[in-house]
Amino acid sequence: MPNHLGYLSLALYVASFICYARNLSVPNIWVGRGASVLLAGGILVQYLSLYQRSLALHTVPYDDLYGSMSLFAWLLGITYLGLELFHRQRSVGAFVTLLLVCWITLLGLLTPRSLPVPSVPRGAIFAFHVTLNTWAYAAFALSFVLSVIYLVQDRVLRSRRLSVAFWRFPALDVLESMARSSVYVGLVALIFGVAMGLIWEHRLRGSYSFGDPKVIVTLAILAVYAAYLLLSRNANWRGARAALLCAMNFLIVLFSYTFVNLYLTKFHRFL
Amino acid sequence: MPTATNPNRVGVIRIQVALIGCNHRTAPVELRERIAFTSQQALQAADELKERGILEEAVVVSTCNRSELYGVPGDFAPSTAEAMEEYFTSFHKIPYDQLKGRFYRWAGPDAVRHLFRVAAGLDSMLLGEAEILGQLRTAYNQALDHGATGPVLNRIFQGALEVGKRVRSETEVGARPMSVALAGVKLAERVFGNLKGHSALILGAGAVAEQVVEHMRNRGIGNLRVVNRSFDRAAELAQRVGGEAVAWESLEAVLGVPDVIVTSVSATGPVLTRELLERAIAARSGKPVFVVDLGVPRNVAESAVGLYNLYLYNIDDLGEIVAQNKKARESEVPRAEAIIAEHIDKFESWRGALEAGSIVNDLREQFHQHREMVIREKLKEMDDVTPQERDRIARITEELIERLLEEPQQKLQHGRGMRGRLAGLEAIRHLFGLEDRKK
Repeated sequence: MPNHLGYLSLALYVASFICYARNLSVPNIWVGRGASVLLAGGILVQYLSLYQRSLALHTVPYDDLYGSMSLFAWLLGITYLGLELFHRQRSVGAFVTLLLVCWITLLGLLTPRSLPVPSVPRGAIFAFHVTLNTWAYAAFALSFVLSVIYLVQDRVLRSRRLSVAFWRFPALDVLESMARSSVYVGLVALIFGVAMGLIWEHRLRGSYSFGDPKVIVTLAILAVYAAYLLLSRNANWRGARAALLCAMNFLIVLFSYTFVNLYLTKFHRFL
Repeated sequence: MPTATNPNRVGVIRIQVALIGCNHRTAPVELRERIAFTSQQALQAADELKERGILEEAVVVSTCNRSELYGVPGDFAPSTAEAMEEYFTSFHKIPYDQLKGRFYRWAGPDAVRHLFRVAAGLDSMLLGEAEILGQLRTAYNQALDHGATGPVLNRIFQGALEVGKRVRSETEVGARPMSVALAGVKLAERVFGNLKGHSALILGAGAVAEQVVEHMRNRGIGNLRVVNRSFDRAAELAQRVGGEAVAWESLEAVLGVPDVIVTSVSATGPVLTRELLERAIAARSGKPVFVVDLGVPRNVAESAVGLYNLYLYNIDDLGEIVAQNKKARESEVPRAEAIIAEHIDKFESWRGALEAGSIVNDLREQFHQHREMVIREKLKEMDDVTPQERDRIARITEELIERLLEEPQQKLQHGRGMRGRLAGLEAIRHLFGLEDRKK
């Protein structure tokens, strides 16, 4: 059920993408700032949209795939904006906002005609569990985008055929550092998210379901991203190989988010 | 109403700008160095041009590529450009014949356009170079502080600085490196970001390598080592660039330290072999190394290409990048010209509005003088008019003048088309003899 706020947030993300793209082709401090402000506006409006959905459902707004994807987009926007401010680097904004726009448009296609049947309220710990895990996925998605840009930049530098856009992208060092920051955010969020899930499950059932495919894949995600952080400082891995590893790791996240959620798990299946 | 060129004088404002100068296109360096102005001389020249009544406002712009005099001519100064050229040659004690044909002259919007193009870097030897904007700013600020400028040159130079800033931020005219040395440094920045705190090694002591070091120093590179077969030459260069000289024999020992290696050694075979670089990268825990190979024959072995985390550019690679960048900069010129045209329109609008205001005021003054004269003459013949009726006649005729002027004033100040408005101003000046009257 898309609402007016949902459309407004999409419009703001589109405007932000246009400004980021413009700033990438012809750098202008005010256009760049405009892009960030529009992105912040889109994030705020999307929050209100999620809040409205939550009020209508009388529970967290992401019990179904639509809600979960919507939350993912919102957290991706927040994580990127945080990294942009931290690293003072806007040149990848065009790619992230394009991803956001595509994601939300896809979301529009998946939109259910009516609200899902409200589930039984499952408390704050469950809400934190889902939010933190989704945040981790969003941060990993961001590290994927940054790693792909790194690989392209590295290839261009090695081929010595420099395109117009080449001079506008961040340096390899900056991209690597942003990707690492993003993975750190994702790992911390995932660790806390998993912990919250275990606490909630123990309260509910008095036991832990470590055999659930979702739990197994999530632990695998933790392991591969931790490995990335270690290997990206290793002599034989730092640079393009680590970026490739980071990009490949995201395939497991996608697998977990889609296939596992939809088909493999019973406990973590969307409504 | 005070004039724009002299706030104490009343009369019609006619804003004119004159420019004379020589640049790298019209004069060789041997001549340009003889006609350069120091900052002190520039202020002295501005003072003298004003004292002699040639100009009312003056700014001298003097860089290694140009010496130019910008000014607002004094009222009715005959052939201002000749007077400026004569002053220019006499100032430098150069026979006029030697500079004849070397000067370019511009007036009005063409002079403004020239200044804006200079600020944008479009008139520079190296298209889009950034230094000129700083040089213009300095020349203008010094003239402003000295009191050599006035409202017109203030307006034009502030516009020029804005144009320069906009062209650099909104177009690619000045965006990409145009020299081999700078291209090397900019590429290193594509790997490491900010070069501050990074280290570099200079192998050999070639002139281009020294330029690379200069650019790196300007960007705050940290540790800098110089290795040369002749230790004395290494020490000499190290001292000049603020680095540390290292003996040739210790090359391998120090090769694992630098992030950037610039090599320009005269050697028949490669100095940096694949194995040597492999060991160097391993010694620095796999951190990337950026190598600029300026040597001919090349100093880095062909087999090193493709080494993991080695970014290698030779002199031809850099030359090709510079050529690409030159083309890219040239393709941006129309966009820069569009920004310049926009600012010229702004200036012309300002000029038109100022001149229109002054002309209407002058017309009003003229009409009132006629009105008073006519009333005085006619009332002499009318004995039966009471003082109250005289006052009424005065008020009615005053109102009539205001109503008659209302429409022309609106059209001159807010009418469509600047060219039309300026042409209208000229016509009014001519029809009502405002210039003759002023003379």
